[in-house]
Amino acid sequence: MQESQIDWTFLVMAAPFLAAFVAPLLKRLLGSGASWILAAAPAAMFVYFLGLIAPIASGSVIANGFAWAPSLQINFSYRLDGLSLLFALLVSGIGTFILIYAGAYLKGHAHQGRFFSFILLFMGAMQGLVLADDFMTLFVFWELTSITSFLLIGFDHTREAARRAALQALVITAGGGLCLLAGLLIMTGLVGVHSMSEAIALGSSFAENPYYLPVLILLLGGAFTKSAQFPFHSWLANAMEAPTPVSAYLHSATMVKAGVYLLLRVHPFMGETVLWTTILPLFGGATLLAGTLLALRQTDLKLILAYTTVASLGLLVMLTGTSNETAILGALVYLLAHSLFKGGLFMMAGSVDHEAGTRDLRELGGLGLKMPVTFLSGLVLAWAMGGLFVTLGFFAKEAMYEGLLHGEGTTPVTLGVAVLGNGLMFAAAFAVGLLPFIGKRPENLSGAHEGPIGLWIGPLVLACLSVVGIVFAAFTQEALIGPTLAAVAGAEPHPDLSYAIHVNEAFAASGVTWAIGILALLALRPVRRGLAAILDAIGWSPDRGFDQLVNGLTTGSAAVTRFIQNGDLERYLSITFTVLALALVVPLVVFGEWPHAPETFALAPHEWAVMGLAAVGLVAVIVAENRLTAIVSLGIQGFAVALIYMLFGAPDLSFTQFMVETLSVVILALVMTRLSLMTADRRNMFQRAKDGTIALACGIGTAALLIAVTNQPFDSRLSDFFAEHSRTIAHGRNIVNVIIVDFRGLDTLGEIAVVMITGLAILALLRFPAPWRQTRAVEEEK
Amino acid sequence: MSTVIFRAIAPYLTALMVLFSVFVLLRGHNNPGGGFIGGLIAASAFAIYGIAYGVPPVRRALRFHPMGIAAFGLVLAALAGVPSLLGGKPFLTALWAYPKIFGMEVAVSTATFFDIGVYLVVLGTITSVALSLEERER
Repeated sequence: MQESQIDWTFLVMAAPFLAAFVAPLLKRLLGSGASWILAAAPAAMFVYFLGLIAPIASGSVIANGFAWAPSLQINFSYRLDGLSLLFALLVSGIGTFILIYAGAYLKGHAHQGRFFSFILLFMGAMQGLVLADDFMTLFVFWELTSITSFLLIGFDHTREAARRAALQALVITAGGGLCLLAGLLIMTGLVGVHSMSEAIALGSSFAENPYYLPVLILLLGGAFTKSAQFPFHSWLANAMEAPTPVSAYLHSATMVKAGVYLLLRVHPFMGETVLWTTILPLFGGATLLAGTLLALRQTDLKLILAYTTVASLGLLVMLTGTSNETAILGALVYLLAHSLFKGGLFMMAGSVDHEAGTRDLRELGGLGLKMPVTFLSGLVLAWAMGGLFVTLGFFAKEAMYEGLLHGEGTTPVTLGVAVLGNGLMFAAAFAVGLLPFIGKRPENLSGAHEGPIGLWIGPLVLACLSVVGIVFAAFTQEALIGPTLAAVAGAEPHPDLSYAIHVNEAFAASGVTWAIGILALLALRPVRRGLAAILDAIGWSPDRGFDQLVNGLTTGSAAVTRFIQNGDLERYLSITFTVLALALVVPLVVFGEWPHAPETFALAPHEWAVMGLAAVGLVAVIVAENRLTAIVSLGIQGFAVALIYMLFGAPDLSFTQFMVETLSVVILALVMTRLSLMTADRRNMFQRAKDGTIALACGIGTAALLIAVTNQPFDSRLSDFFAEHSRTIAHGRNIVNVIIVDFRGLDTLGEIAVVMITGLAILALLRFPAPWRQTRAVEEEK
Repeated sequence: MSTVIFRAIAPYLTALMVLFSVFVLLRGHNNPGGGFIGGLIAASAFAIYGIAYGVPPVRRALRFHPMGIAAFGLVLAALAGVPSLLGGKPFLTALWAYPKIFGMEVAVSTATFFDIGVYLVVLGTITSVALSLEERER
């Protein structure tokens, strides 16, 4: 990398964020047509990455970075190899069509500009994630995808379901992100590896590292939550609360694949161990079966697709977990195929919903002639998802079966799970891509017709690519899959990708798959009823578990709060001051460190007068008949203290003390008006004695501590420094203020932030009175 | 608390105190004073006005929500640190300039803006709390 040249990759990484910045403005100027212009950003990114295919296919790895936090050895760096490139192409390519689609789908939506912004931010986060090399760069983008997807899923924030889904996605994926962070910190802190490039250089030797196991578990925590593996899968299905363009993007190209991306990324140095080949297929397989069964149970097009995404991710994880080159080849082709057909099918389902007004399979039918282009793309996409011949899905399936049949690290169980899962996925594919378009058309759908170009261009192009990808098998193999496989499985693999049918055992397994699929499709209604009955009988799901967890947390914390903060202010104060008194007095007694009494009390008469004033104020507080008198008397005492400051050469402090004292009297008086100012002290003798003891202990302790401090020789280094330099460096003679605004400006900035936040908290407390107070107010009204 | 004498004198007292608070704020760099104490004085001034005339006139007089003023102050204080950052120095390093205005040399520094930020945060927050306490229904 030449230093002088502009690194275009950094620019491309920034592009979506810049586009997100201008999106609302463009939307305001151009209306929903702005989507076509905004789509130019991902399109340009896509073209840029296309241009990198040739160098990367020839085996080079492009990497660059700059120091981000040099003292912490954190860089902002990227690494472009086959795997990153494939993902970058998917993110930008599918992103282009998602933007165009969103322009048409959300036309007239009040917050369309905001939506464009969010989805572009999300795109940038996802792109950064797949390009990131440095661990901290990776983590920042990883969490950024969680946050931006939270915004997207909860986009219709007025609906409670959307808010819940967004929160659930954030809690699960960001929680997993914290696992990932812990894993990455172990990698940097204990293993001494700061980036993916360095980690990949470790190779399989890392498996013998003592930290392998904790890192593996933590990384899997991140990957499994992000990729919605069982039992974390519920957020993904709920994420379809988001507008359809988001679902299409989230489920196809981006967010959910981030976990799979991470697994593939770390495979070179973490894969091929017994743990890896046990844990991953176990969770992946469970997710695959759970996902397909849940999918077939649904009648909502988007929900069916959402659960098949869960299943597909399970399949990918399972295949990655075999660490077997052919199976991973199958996984990679499937990943590409899945991104195309799932993105397309989601957009197609959205179009049907948009035109027909419903997504329920039971209410749909016969739309084929009304929406021919949508029908055609739906059929082709379902064809690809079902893994039928002359699509990428077909080859993916053949490769994975070949790997599972003959490769290492697999068992017949894995193969069986894959065949069953794929078969059920076949049924789900055609349920979505075929059933709405055939059969009798219900009366209320007569108004349905083909949508505008923005709605069908995406599905159509993705459908074409699903087919073209295999027709130009040589290109797909050389340019996309080969380099990716090299990045994941190492060495120099030789993917054998062609559109020819090989009649062998794998093909036989395909036959079984199709048979299962067709049977399930024909018997869809009874299957659905049966599954629903079974799931109802179980009655519990991780989704409900999430609610139980959240409810448990809130009720638990409420119980703790009730225990610790019982609302009795007197008790808080006596506890606080008892602790303070003990902390002050006990060390002095235990260690016998009572200070020497000051030797002289040589004070001038006016100084004695001020002291006397303070004492008078104190006595007045104690004997006060009502609260207002007590507050004002406290003010006398405070002013006396301020005078003392002034007499002993601290005018700033004195000044501040005057004002603080005035304001505390005012505010206390205002607070006390709520509690009736005229009420006299109603404590009994015992309480008075107790409070008096605590107060005396605090006072004696504080005084003793201060005298002890002044007994020590005065260290004047700091005051000398400030006295010497405040004029020369900070151009000010008032040392106190110079310290506040100049030498320790950052502290002050933090402090005023605290002041403001405290103010906000007080306002919140005043605005929303405690529940018991509200109920009491209601009772009083009665 | 709103006696005739108090009500009559409150506006003048408030105006004087606000003026004094600005004076205290600006002299703070060389003499006792500064943003924090200035903000407290100004907050007291508005508290007095509020006690005399009630909360709505104070809110009208302030024009902005006190919390908005505080937020503006916080942003201003943070921004005061940015110019030095652009100059390659650590965040919040004070920069000084001595432009001549009407033939008089005036010392202008980012620290002054920082202090104004402190002033506004203190003023806004305390006033906000005092006003909310005062205006709640009894």
